Amino acid sequence: MNAIPLWLVVLIKSGILLFVVITTFAYAMLAERKVLGWMQLRPGPNRVGPWGLMQPAADAAKLMLKEDLTPKSADPLIYRLAPFISLLTAFSVYAVVPFGASSSGTWAIGNVNAGILLILAITSIGVYGVSLGGWASGSKYPLLGSVRATAQMISYELAMALSFIGVLILAGTTSLDGIVNAQTRWWFFVPQFVGCVIYIITAVAETNRTPFDLVEAETELVAGFHTEYSGLRFGLFFIAEYVNMLTVSCIATLLFFGGWNAPLGLTMVPGVIWFVLKVGCFMFFYMWLRATLPRLRYDRLMAFGWKVLLPVATLNLVVTATVVALR
Amino acid sequence: MRKHLFNVGAILRGLSITFGYMFRKRPTIEYPSVKKQHAPRFHGLHELRRYEDAKERCIGCELCSSACPANAITVIGAENAPDARISPGERYAARYEIDELRCIFCGMCEEACPTDAIVLTPRFEMSDYRRGSFIYGKDRLLVPPDAGRGQAPDDRPGGIPGDLGRVAKIKSTTDVAEGYDATWRGGILKTQRKGLGSL
Repeated sequence: MNAIPLWLVVLIKSGILLFVVITTFAYAMLAERKVLGWMQLRPGPNRVGPWGLMQPAADAAKLMLKEDLTPKSADPLIYRLAPFISLLTAFSVYAVVPFGASSSGTWAIGNVNAGILLILAITSIGVYGVSLGGWASGSKYPLLGSVRATAQMISYELAMALSFIGVLILAGTTSLDGIVNAQTRWWFFVPQFVGCVIYIITAVAETNRTPFDLVEAETELVAGFHTEYSGLRFGLFFIAEYVNMLTVSCIATLLFFGGWNAPLGLTMVPGVIWFVLKVGCFMFFYMWLRATLPRLRYDRLMAFGWKVLLPVATLNLVVTATVVALR
Repeated sequence: MRKHLFNVGAILRGLSITFGYMFRKRPTIEYPSVKKQHAPRFHGLHELRRYEDAKERCIGCELCSSACPANAITVIGAENAPDARISPGERYAARYEIDELRCIFCGMCEEACPTDAIVLTPRFEMSDYRRGSFIYGKDRLLVPPDAGRGQAPDDRPGGIPGDLGRVAKIKSTTDVAEGYDATWRGGILKTQRKGLGSL
């Protein structure tokens, strides 16, 4: 192990992780279409390959072959750059996400001691991709979409961060590894149930998914911030959305559902498998929500974020802090 | 507050409904590979039929053409040569064309035909790439002569893809004298009801 330089290890791990995340994205997309189909009494995509398993490849080929249009009124540089900002921030989160007990450093690229703060910081940059992309399109619907995205992400990020802090107080550390290790006895969704619910709601809003997909509300805004995008650049936004979904699922698993800790003492199954299973459940939950709930009205979305989620999150934080201080 | 809690309950109920739907039987029929049984009296592509001795039933009377509400049928009749008859009557259809794009598949041609020559089959997959190819001439409408001899047209070797109906045996030329023969319709009904049961 000492013979391999650290940068090479990180490079190899990053390559593997990139491959894994992109494959997960591809099949999460297929799974979403399947689940939505089933819930709407349709079979879902099943034409390409057995059980539709080659559908992601077909979609990728289609997106790559499509013409990449740039509107005349667009700001060409920012317009072209925006999808990459979205994608880059979506991917870079995985630099600090541990997938298994990372004391040996096998299951994470970097074991950062302020991992959760880093994740918050990186995901906050993600909104730039959306808002710049919409703004630089030089068109009305993308602009409205990106304005919505900015306002929505800022207001929900507050409640999200507050729901993190409850966990951080209980765990006494900001390292993701430490947070998971603090959950060996009780997963934090038990003592932090309110925080967990708030996190799940805000996570849906952060990833711009139904019922909070005001950013790309097709009934009002055509396709929202990515109306003008086509071909591969649209594909990049699409990948970013799903990777973000995967990210918030990972964070939910790490913070509230014990990460790679096995439930009911089933420790003979490796931790990574538990992690993947839990993340999978969350991904399914997001698809399930999408099949169930209608879109919120925009003013109600903002009112819900500021008047319900934020006060409840604050209250939760105060109660948690008091209980921990008095103990 | 109570109202908000009620809303949470509503969301949970909604989630349970969608979850339940995941395991319901899906009514999708995966069309090209699985075909739905059409209605017993489905009106599909036309067929010009023959007598068992391979003579054409059509006598070129143009009644179908005048009955057609969509003006889709063009018939140009000609005299039969006495030594080489094409139909048992005086005349036969030299040209018989149906524009399937104009056709509304009402079946009035079938009802108008005095010799049961034009018949709507249950075949419906006629898509093509060119408009011109929707004008069906005798080459495509007419049952092949070898299929007319003692063999129901739909029992042709290889069969017709997607054709679920069975046209009953065509009676010989002499049977026409005894008037309208509706037995073949009953035959279709029987086989198709059987098909519906297995659905």
